[in-house]
Amino acid sequence: MDEFQEILQDFLIESFELVEKLDEDLVELENNPEDLELLNGIFRVAHTVKGASSFLNFDVLTHLTHHMEDVLNKARHGDLLITPDIMDVILESIDLMKALLETIRDTSADAGIDVAACVVRLDKITGGDGEVDTPAAVEAPVEEVTPQPVVEEAAADDVDYDSMSPDDLEAEIEKLLQERQDEDKAKREAKIAAGEEVLAAPPEPIEDEPAAPKAEPTPAPTPEVAPAPAPVETAPKKDDPKAAAPAKRAPATVEQTIRVDVKRLDHLMNLIGELVLAKNRLIKINDDVEERYEGEEFLEELNQVVSIVSLVTTDLQIAVMKTRMLPIGKVFNKFPRMIRDLSRELNKKIDLELAGEDTELDKSIVEEIGDPLVHIIRNSCDHGVETPDIRLAQGKSETGTIGLKAYNEGNQIVIQIDDDGKGLDAGMLKDKSVEKGLITEKEADNMSDKEAFTLIFKPGFSTAAAVTSVSGRGVGMDVVKTNIEKLNGIIDIDSEIGVGTSMKLKIPLTLAIIQALLVGVQEEYYAIPLASVLETVRISKDEIYTVEGRSVMRLREDVLSLVHIGDIFEVERILDASEHAYVVVLGLGTSKLGLIVDTLVGQEEIVIKSLGDYLKGIEGVAGATIRGDGGVTLIVDVVALMSMARDVKSTALSDASSAEVSNEKTKASDYTIMIVDDSKTDRTIMRKALEPLGVTLVEAADGQEALNILKSGDHNFDGMLVDIEMPRMDGYTLATEIKKYNKYKNLPLIAVTSRTGKSDRMRGVESGMVEYITKPYSADYLSSVVQRNVNFKSEFL
Amino acid sequence: MSDQLKEVINQQNKQQNTDLNQLDDIVQLVGFVIGEEEYAIPILAIQEIIKPFSWTRVPQVPAYVLGVFNLRGAVIPLIDLRAKFGLQIKKQSDETRFIVMRHGDDVAGFVIDRLTMAIRLKKGDIGPAPDTVNGNDTIIDGVGKQADKIITILKVNKLLERDF
Repeated sequence: MDEFQEILQDFLIESFELVEKLDEDLVELENNPEDLELLNGIFRVAHTVKGASSFLNFDVLTHLTHHMEDVLNKARHGDLLITPDIMDVILESIDLMKALLETIRDTSADAGIDVAACVVRLDKITGGDGEVDTPAAVEAPVEEVTPQPVVEEAAADDVDYDSMSPDDLEAEIEKLLQERQDEDKAKREAKIAAGEEVLAAPPEPIEDEPAAPKAEPTPAPTPEVAPAPAPVETAPKKDDPKAAAPAKRAPATVEQTIRVDVKRLDHLMNLIGELVLAKNRLIKINDDVEERYEGEEFLEELNQVVSIVSLVTTDLQIAVMKTRMLPIGKVFNKFPRMIRDLSRELNKKIDLELAGEDTELDKSIVEEIGDPLVHIIRNSCDHGVETPDIRLAQGKSETGTIGLKAYNEGNQIVIQIDDDGKGLDAGMLKDKSVEKGLITEKEADNMSDKEAFTLIFKPGFSTAAAVTSVSGRGVGMDVVKTNIEKLNGIIDIDSEIGVGTSMKLKIPLTLAIIQALLVGVQEEYYAIPLASVLETVRISKDEIYTVEGRSVMRLREDVLSLVHIGDIFEVERILDASEHAYVVVLGLGTSKLGLIVDTLVGQEEIVIKSLGDYLKGIEGVAGATIRGDGGVTLIVDVVALMSMARDVKSTALSDASSAEVSNEKTKASDYTIMIVDDSKTDRTIMRKALEPLGVTLVEAADGQEALNILKSGDHNFDGMLVDIEMPRMDGYTLATEIKKYNKYKNLPLIAVTSRTGKSDRMRGVESGMVEYITKPYSADYLSSVVQRNVNFKSEFL
Repeated sequence: MSDQLKEVINQQNKQQNTDLNQLDDIVQLVGFVIGEEEYAIPILAIQEIIKPFSWTRVPQVPAYVLGVFNLRGAVIPLIDLRAKFGLQIKKQSDETRFIVMRHGDDVAGFVIDRLTMAIRLKKGDIGPAPDTVNGNDTIIDGVGKQADKIITILKVNKLLERDF
């Protein structure tokens, strides 16, 4: 049973691969109905699937493919010309075949799909020679006299090979080989005779087989000979691939590959992610060590090791990323067929031009990109390209062109979809959106053309006058936007009325590891994907204006709307904002937003980790990453942030009106004073001086301890007595630190010190002390200074 | 193998078997205190117990979700059970611990005031949750009776369920 499963798996993988290529070939065939090589390729697929499915007892599939094979075989022999109508039937049968394969994949059986109708139609084509007359296929068959028997034999002798003795088989192969070589020779001679430059031809043109047919379709002189080797090639291949392999004689050009379970690659990618995190951490530790042991000899060695590790890690990461890469051609493959169907359905003439199919993308992205592209291309066919008569009337060629190309641009892949249709009308888009209530008239007036184009991505928007089966429901493009943004990609539209539309999807190469800009707000850090960061600007508070309740700033020619990251993420304003702030300009397509942050930390490579099920779906957070110091940093979801920013009222840098907790004092002990001095004696003297007032006293032995007590929020202090000379943190530093907190900006700090110099007093004032008491002092004096500064109510005396 | 050795091994096996039989009837729990109450959860639901360390706040969540922390490379949510049970938030002390619980693929850390001990309870000594608590939705799995006190046993899957 297991063995059967294994064979089944192989069968499915092989079949799906074959079928995928089939679509493309078939559409190509329709344009070139006499291309024998193509026909043979298609026939081979039907044949292979038939053979394997009969072996695996999938009767329905065998039945269907058998009839397909009949039709294709006829076409291959020139008895039948493939017309669009016949092609429809063939395509239908291929769809059925796909459906059957999918059923097999899901249920391991091929029941449940009715192929009878299709088979009847296929039979009709073969039986009645089709409703089509067969005039054109004259040229090719003439010279085909020689290869014909071989083909015939190959097709008919299918079963025979299995029953042959090894020796006979050997002989058969030998015979076929001989024939082929003869033909090759004949062909070469013909080529030379035809005056073709065979200059690149080495004495033994080893790669003859794959190269020759490709090189030849264009030149007309020797078409009769060219197709000849193809049928022979099929014969050994399908009957006994193993024996055929040596015959191919082209091992050098064959790429060596192995199939790897995707799960293993995913696991590998995860491990690399961990390694990158460890590398970041190592670099941080290295920096710390460097700072502490400056000039030590071992440092250089450590440096070397760290840089090697980080270099290798980066290389490894790229290498593993590459193993997960797939050519985007995998996605592009299905479009020729789609365009063909659509153009027939819509009665338009559309050509599809593909380019850059070899461009590689991460597997997970390739899987996600298909649907958006389908929607975009459908849209281009339906709304973009005009009907032939309109096109002719406008002086364009009757056939519209849709270009689909992919290329690398820096760290991104760009997929560009161009059409030469009627283009987008910005004015019309605005009117429609206003009409549907998607935007207000005011918004419409302020919109640039480029912004107007993005209206097509609004949910519920549709430019089509009527809903067709192709588009017009106003869902498709909305899906496109969400899907692309999910991949951290952006969409860029350009369009000109009457000339066409060009859409660019810019997508990062991979999803798991990204470059990010780390920013700080208050005591928190956030990571912003670098792909969305356009620039950073340092501004001062007075550069921020408020317009209609929103903060904006002028950035060169533009007005940029601003939002404070603290407002988005509900960050508590503990620290006082400084005079200056940084604005991170975020760009997503055409929309821009300035994000105000307190500090810029720097650029770092981060590994995206999910927050898990429990915390999923938090707006504005795309995930988390682990930093070099082991802490967790949240990753900003720029898309969500942009939409959240619209609902945030501006507080920006305006001093969050220091909401002082003005507790009503009802008794003397409601007043709380902190005494900060490293000398126990001094603290006791102060305590003795203040105790008669009945206020609550809290003591701290140095600045650090005082700050911790303050931060803990256990007490609400009304005043502080601070010594200047203290270990760990002195009085000046303590005062500066305290003044950073909004909450304590107005907390009276009274210096109590034996330093009497004028410069000391100046420093005290600079750091925010309100009074300066020099030791020694009288108890009464201290008491009166404190009373004055904390507004001590006299009735408590 | 000598007969003697065989005998010894047999004996050991027998002993283990009887041990296992006894284990069947016994539930092992870990007790901890939140506020004034003692609670317990099955020991098998606990991935580890760690001393508190720093975490990162996460916006837009209820107050009892403190944020996320890094547990050897995994990002795990941290939940304050005091806040979740509607008690006043208290400063963390030397006895505060994070209990990392796991149920299936769900993992989260829970802040508790202090640990008490590992408890072995006979199944017979565990009563159902009192009827007064709201039906099937209760977070209480049962009530364990001990000589001098009773312990509330909590449902780990309910604790790990997102309810916001």
